[in-house]
This record gives sequence, structure tokens and C-alpha cells, in this order.
Amino acid sequence: MSTIAEPQLTSVTEAAPATGARPPSTYWPFVVPAVAVVGSVIVFPWAFTVWMSLHEWTVGGARRFAGLSNYLRLATDERFLTSVWQTLIYTVLAVVLPLIFGTLAALIFNSKVPLRGILRGIFVMPMMATPVAIALVWTMMFHPQLGVLNYLLSLVGIGPQAWVFSPSTVIPSLVLVETWQWTPLVMLIVLGGLAAIPTEPYESAAIDGATVFQRFRYITLPMIAPFLMVAVIIRTIDALKSFDIIYAITQGGPGTASETINLYLYSVAFAYYDVGYGSAIAVVFFGLVIALSLLMLHLRQRTKWTDIQGGA
Amino acid sequence: MSAVTRRTFLASTAAAAAYGLSGATPAFADVNWKKYAGTKIGVNLVKSPRGEVLQKFEKEFTDLTGIQVSSEQTPEQQQRQKAVIELNSGSPSFDVVHISYHVQKRQFEKANWLADLSAFMKNPELTEATLTESDFSQAGLLYAKNPQGQMLSLPFSVDYWMVYWNKDLFAKKGLAYPQTFEEMVKVAEALTDPKEGTYGFVARGLKNANVPVWTSFLLGYGIDPVDANGNLMTDSPEAIEAAKLYQRLLTKSAPQGVAGFNWSECQSAFLQGKVGMWLDGVGFAPPLEDPDRSRIVGKVGYGVMPKGPKAQASATFGDGIGVTSASKNKEAAYLYCQWAVSKLMGARLLQAGGGVPFRPSILSDAEVRKGVKMPPAWIDSVVESGKISKLGLPVVQPVTEFRDIIGIGLTNLLGGGDPAAEMKKATEQFKPILERSEKA
Repeated sequence: MSTIAEPQLTSVTEAAPATGARPPSTYWPFVVPAVAVVGSVIVFPWAFTVWMSLHEWTVGGARRFAGLSNYLRLATDERFLTSVWQTLIYTVLAVVLPLIFGTLAALIFNSKVPLRGILRGIFVMPMMATPVAIALVWTMMFHPQLGVLNYLLSLVGIGPQAWVFSPSTVIPSLVLVETWQWTPLVMLIVLGGLAAIPTEPYESAAIDGATVFQRFRYITLPMIAPFLMVAVIIRTIDALKSFDIIYAITQGGPGTASETINLYLYSVAFAYYDVGYGSAIAVVFFGLVIALSLLMLHLRQRTKWTDIQGGA
Repeated sequence: MSAVTRRTFLASTAAAAAYGLSGATPAFADVNWKKYAGTKIGVNLVKSPRGEVLQKFEKEFTDLTGIQVSSEQTPEQQQRQKAVIELNSGSPSFDVVHISYHVQKRQFEKANWLADLSAFMKNPELTEATLTESDFSQAGLLYAKNPQGQMLSLPFSVDYWMVYWNKDLFAKKGLAYPQTFEEMVKVAEALTDPKEGTYGFVARGLKNANVPVWTSFLLGYGIDPVDANGNLMTDSPEAIEAAKLYQRLLTKSAPQGVAGFNWSECQSAFLQGKVGMWLDGVGFAPPLEDPDRSRIVGKVGYGVMPKGPKAQASATFGDGIGVTSASKNKEAAYLYCQWAVSKLMGARLLQAGGGVPFRPSILSDAEVRKGVKMPPAWIDSVVESGKISKLGLPVVQPVTEFRDIIGIGLTNLLGGGDPAAEMKKATEQFKPILERSEKA
């Protein structure tokens, strides 16, 4: 790829004006629309959110400048701090579990199993379903007395569980839904990586007497690592902003046991109409997302793409 | 079948008008329904059986008045958000708004979002003779009027809390319907047998939704969550006793997982015939008598809330319909509100099982009662609950925060929390929010 890209880059560089030179008059008509769109749909809303976060402002009431008091309130808001912790737990579990199961599924579907095409099609179906519909179905399945999950457990002699109806099991239960829905996405990404791996390294390893685990650990894993990183980044962003499934199944409950930052933010801004404080939460949440994204990008850069063609 | 039809309603209106013209009564009955013909009004409704009934028959309103109606129904939570955001903008897209009194009353009053309907109600050209303040129940008037006594909306549909009980389960154990809180606890525990999968009591455990259960008990201890001077009573000895009662009933006599139950899960459990008593609003009754959904058709008792140590009270909630202060078509919008709470529409609402009108004259009308599909015991219980009704939530602006914060404390009780500590903690958390809201 790099051999194709270089001449194009060179020609672009040659066409660009010298540093500090005034751009030609034909330059602005191309730039202004993009600047206007970015300014109005990204920069302005964010600047306005930051401005609102500096005010004590409830819908229907007067607005007062409050400086950083909303941010100071966050530091002592037990419910907010709990929601941060729960967001992190939920995100970690909702990334790691689909990653493990998605990789396993990709390895299975990469081998020549019977009816592979049909099974792969069925496997990706959860990903295509509407989250709220999924949430409603799972809510019924989780019901302690009427749900099918406890019935299935009873068949193997396990007593009924409270699932999403108990503070101690609600997050793992929600992660179960998230894992069920998003494992296929990881599987598809990893499958793409596996399809690109040549067979020669495996043949060499087999001749050298490498075990199945050694082949996976020293050949497959390094070669699909960049694909796994892509999956981790997509899943992390998705899990962090997860709202629909949690809201539809538990509304953050029981109590606040499954209340993530997103849900708390929604309550503050749209149920309590405290837009000043809600904006402060949004700004902090944005900071958290940025920090995690930077960490991911850093890790991504460290995970170099393995030249599977042997450096052509 | 309903005995009150559009024909009889129109006929009675015409007759009342004619009677008024004869000089025998003040011209109060002489409503000029067509005066605002050609006006267009927007109506913002909550998606609910109440909204359905209004939307279904709105053509009749147009035929009666010549006023064109553009109505929309939005799910409850989203409708509240939409209404608040649009009203706050100063130019809402609707003239009539359907409001949840128990959540929005104080907020709407403070923000002056609703037009004063008091003068309209006294105007014989605008108001039908039978629509008087005295024909609304006490709870309805408490909700509809602001502290200055202005009528800011017309009470539309009321939800009293009552106890649904399974007659079969009671009979098997030889138990009678409890008359007091103490008896209710004993009966609930006597009915509970986890091995058999039967439980004595179910009510909401999910945060926010669970607060009316606790206030139902609190009212029986003779106090309101906020007293007349605006002081929080949520950590008073009575509040703690009510919290203990909540904890005991929902931990010793309720099905597993009740901490996550909203009304729908409670209803599902009760419909299966495995729960002795279910405390909730009167509006959830119709599915219990629906053979397609219920295993307990004909076996349900409808009980008035048992007596507490100091009082017998049915926690009351409700919704109303009002005209926005920003509306340019206030009179036409008021005519719509009047039609919505009319005897004809109230009868339809009641007979369809979609809600209970705030007007006792509708509930006590023998012809209307004949058309009600629910058993007579249900409507008797509704009428009796109306006599002991008390507001189920405090009239404060941050009522959602109140429900969330107190609700979290109540849910914690189901995990073994200490009632006194949880109520004290919740009160401390809510106090500054309440103070801030009153200053704003």
C-alpha cells in the first residue's frame, strides 16, 4: 500500500502553497461550508455545553452563573461517583467477554466445519436486531418467576436466580445481553484477520512440531492482534455510551445498581431538568471518553500491523 | 353498552341551552359551542388509554364545535420532556396539554405555563351548566388549583391506590381481607409459602416507582411526606415506621426479585394466581378480568386500603388537561378541555377501563355504571377510595428527584438496609435539592 501512496503524497505536497503563503482566492469557497458545518454541529454545541455547565440552570427557572460549583458538586456526589465506577466495570466486562467469545467463534468458523455458511449467518443475527426489542425479550427471559432462564436452570438442578432484579447480579446479567449481541461483531472482525493469514507459517510450525496452542500463541495471535485492537476500540466506545439496553431493561436499577454515567446524565438533564449540572456531567464524561480513546490509540500504535506478505 | 351516547350528550346540551333561554335558570347552560368554529388547536397528549379515548373521538368534538384539532400522543416520559422543553421555549406547538399532576403540578405553576381557567368556568357562553368545581373530587381540586385558588387545569383522570386480593388463596387459608396494616402483615405472611411458589404480597420495588407504595403506608401513619410548611417529614418516626412496614412486607412476603419490579412485573405475578395481595393503582384492574391474560378471572377481590395506626388513606395520583398560557386560542382550547372531562367522555373512559374520572357525578350515575365492564366490587372500591383519598406525592417541583432519592433508599431496604439510616440519608440528600428548587 505504501508504494502506491507515496507518489500521490508527493504530488499533493508539491501542489500545496508554501508555509505562510496566502491561499488562493478559490480556496475559501471549498473550506467555508465544512467549517460552518463543523462549527455549528460540533464546536458550538460543545462550547454551549461547557458554558451551561458553569451555570445553575433548571428548565423553567432562572439562570445564574455558578463558576465551577457544578464540578465541585460532582466530586462529592455519591451517585455520580458510583455511576463512574459502574460504567468502568460494565465497559471492561462488555469489551472483554465479546472479545474472548468472538475470537473463539472466529477460530471455529475459520475452520472447515459443516454448514459453516448457514451457521455463520445465524450467529450474526443478534447484531442486526433492534436493541429495545432485544431488551424487552431479555426482560421477559430474566423474570425470576416466569422467565425461561430460571426454567432452564431448574432443568439442571440449579435454583432460581434474580438476574436483573437483584443489585448483586444486575451488571453481569446486562453484560450477558451485551455479549450475546456484540460477540458476532468481534467474530466478523477477527475472521477478517484470520482470512488474511497465509498458510506457510503454520506449515513451518507443524514441521517444527509446534502444538495447537503454540501455533495460536505465536502465529495466530500476533497476526490478528491489530484486528483485535480495532475490535477493542469499537467495543469500548460502544460499551461506554451504552444506554438503550440498560434503560429498557432496568432503568439503572434496582436502586442505582446498574446506573452508568449515561443513565445518570439522562436523569439529571431530562428527568430533573437540571441542565447546568447535567452539562457538567456531560463534560466530565466527554473527558473520560477522550482519555480512554487516547489510551486506545496509544495501544493501537504499539500494536504494529504484521506484514503478512513478508515485506513485499 | 354505554347509555350515555353522543346523541344524548348533544341533546342534553341543547335541552339545557333551551332551558336556559326560557329564563328558568341563569344562562349558564347556554354554551355557544360553535363560536370558535374554524379555529385550529394543537393538543399534546400522553400515550395512554386516556389519550386514546380523546383521540378516537376527537372528530365528534370537531362536529360539535367546528374547531379543528391536531393532536399527538407521546409516551409518558417523552411527553413530559417534550412539553417542558416546548413550554420553556415560550412558544409551544400546542394549545392544550395533558399533565401528570403528581409529577408536574408545582413545576407548571411556578413557571406560569398554564392559563387561568377560573373566568372561563364562570362564563355561561363557554361552560356547560353541569361543569362546576363542586363536581370534582377534593383531590382533583387540590391538584387543579394553584395556591392562589386559580383553576389552572381541569381534572381529567384519577388513580386511587387500592389492594387487589386473590379470593381463592385467602379462602384456602381461611383468611379474611385485612382491615388494618397489622392484619395485612399477618395475612401476607400467612399466605406466603415459597415451596409452593405462593406469596402474600407484591408491590413495586423498583426505585422511583416504589415511592407511592411507601407513601400509601405513610399516609396511614397520619402524615404527608412534606408538611404544610414545606418541611420534609421523610425521616420522621412515622416515615421510618412506614419504611419498616415496606421492608417487612417486601422481604418476607414478596416474590424473589421484587427489588426490580415495577407495576408490570407485579401485575404479571398477580395474574398467575400465586400472589395474595397486590397494592397499586385502580387503573391496572382490567387485565385481571381478561380471560386471555389472567388465571384469576372472577377470583379477584378489590379492597380499599387498610387502616393505618392513625388514618385510613388511599394515595391518589392523577392527570389533568389544561390550556397553555402561550396559546392564542385559549377559548377554543378550553372548549376542548371541557369536552375531554365531559360526562360523555368520562363515561367512555370509565367503561373502557382506561381511567377513572375525577367527577363523582359520573361515577355515581347508574346508567354509566351499567356499562362498566369491571365487576361492581371494583367500582365500589373506587368510590370508597375516593372518600379517603390523599395526595400520594408531595407537591414540590423536584418530584422526580424525590422519587428517585427516596426510592433508592427504599430499594436498599430490600437488600437489608436499616430503615432509619436509609430514610435519614435520603432526606439529607433531598433537602438541598428541595431548597434550591424553591429559591429558583
